[in-house]
Amino acid sequence: MHALLNSKWSKPAVFLLCLLPLMVLGWEALHGELTANPIEFITHATGDWTLRFLVVTLCVTPFRKILHLPELIRFRRMLGLFAFFYACLHFTTYIWLDKFFDLSEMWKDIAKRKYITVGFTAFLLLIPLAVTSTAGWIRRLGGKRWQQLHRLIYFSAALGVIHYYWLVKSAVIRPLTYGAIVAALLLWRLFASLSKRRQLRVDAVAVRPVLNR
Amino acid sequence: MLIRRPTDLTYSDVSPKSVYTQRREFLRAMGLAGVAAFAGASAWRIGMPFDEVHATSKLDVATKSPFSTTEKETPYNDVTHYNNFYEFGTDKTAPAKNAQKFRTSPWSVSVEGEVKKPRKFSMDEILKIAPLEERIYRHRCVEAWSIVVPWIGFPFIELAKLVEPTPIAQFVAFESFFDPGQMPQAKYSGLEYPYVEGLRLDEAMNPLTLIGVGMYGETLPNQDGAPVRMVVPWKYGYKSIKSIVKIRFVAKQPPTTWNRMAPREYGFYSNVNPNVDHPRWSQAKERRLGEIFKRPTLMFNGYGDQVASLYNGMDLKKSY
Ligand code: HEM
Repeated sequence: MHALLNSKWSKPAVFLLCLLPLMVLGWEALHGELTANPIEFITHATGDWTLRFLVVTLCVTPFRKILHLPELIRFRRMLGLFAFFYACLHFTTYIWLDKFFDLSEMWKDIAKRKYITVGFTAFLLLIPLAVTSTAGWIRRLGGKRWQQLHRLIYFSAALGVIHYYWLVKSAVIRPLTYGAIVAALLLWRLFASLSKRRQLRVDAVAVRPVLNR
Repeated sequence: MLIRRPTDLTYSDVSPKSVYTQRREFLRAMGLAGVAAFAGASAWRIGMPFDEVHATSKLDVATKSPFSTTEKETPYNDVTHYNNFYEFGTDKTAPAKNAQKFRTSPWSVSVEGEVKKPRKFSMDEILKIAPLEERIYRHRCVEAWSIVVPWIGFPFIELAKLVEPTPIAQFVAFESFFDPGQMPQAKYSGLEYPYVEGLRLDEAMNPLTLIGVGMYGETLPNQDGAPVRMVVPWKYGYKSIKSIVKIRFVAKQPPTTWNRMAPREYGFYSNVNPNVDHPRWSQAKERRLGEIFKRPTLMFNGYGDQVASLYNGMDLKKSY
């Protein structure tokens, strides 16, 4: 498993896998399978994949720890950028095919419709994360500050869930499922950071007598 | 059983092929990344048969109606593969798949309540209540899309005449068939079943209000509300209840499914009204299926001449 994840082919393979949803959409478009309302279909497909990629990105750290697969970190940036990529497609579908680049209409919508306000905020939050995703920016910001900034992904995912919850007519089961997953991931991190802090304190106590001697 | 659509009604009868191909051209032109990789496959679709639908049979229509619009009918394939029928799942394409095995025969409709002659009608009896008419109506969904459908049916008033409502009757309550065994997806839809709807008696008696038994020259496909449904063209689509098993004439305004689920979003009247937005989206425009640009939504879905007088003196912003 470790060898597989570390192989030089693993990144290109994951990259292609991440493109698959888009290729499927393209295939469906060519075969007239986007239903009678293709614009709605594309909006929903790209929205779904944005949220899924956000969730998958958030899964990387817990899975590294729980499954003892530290090399999963190699894919985290790519997964996060794919979340942003699908968010861009989703937003483009909206502004292009729904609003036909009528910016005043768009701003009215963003101000008036709660679910759009929230979705738009979720999208904006992803922009600084995409921009600072390079090694250069990690250096410039310093690891700690970079990490703090990138906690924004939680807000983005949570707002994405609220966006979804507010836009469905009655079938809340899917947005609630995503909500439960995001909440579980957040709780895991809280728990992990608390126990790490406790561990540090225990270590400190254990170390002190040695130093005192 | 899956059968192909009978060949006596061809696709080109119901809609010019250009509508269909235009949309495909547009999608192709959109230049989604990744599409190019499949360019070779695009020739494939041309000449492919249209999707299969559940068995329907031909209906003889006695008369055409002056109430019919001359607007272009929506392709049959779209009206049968883009449905809201939450008992069979909430995705638009779910009813076409999940309603295939829905048993619509034998079927009967119980008509009861404040009537002199309550009665159970078999499907055969329903088909003989009045001469069947074709009515080409606009149909506007609350989700801001619309279609044009050649319905087959007869005015609701013909059924009312047979059962003779008493003066106590002020409303009509409708109930859909519900069987969790045949509709396992219903439990994920967030709605309470059986689906119920209602109309004020004068709305139900309006000559536009139809009992629908068919469309496009044939009986109703399962996903479109087989075997018998309401068609109320000046109201949002969910008022046109599907697969009816019970009709009750009542004194008080009956509960309705979507209103019960979210009263602020779905009123009892639910008249198509471009000036009253859904709390979460605008109702000013709609997308006619098959078209790219949205078109303005018409007051009462364009049926104001026939129905506006029903609401004289009412504040339609309050009675939405
Ligand atoms: C991180 C950001 C976002 C996420 C995770 C997200 C996610 C989603 C999801 C999951 C859906 C529902 C898909 C379905 O029903 O299957 C959706 C629909 C939608 N989203 Fe987003 N979205 C985001 C940002 C945006 C933005 C910025 C806009 C526009 C300004 C937007 C506009 C819409 C619209 C118009 C719909 C369809 C609503 C409907 O059909 O009624 N979203 N989005």
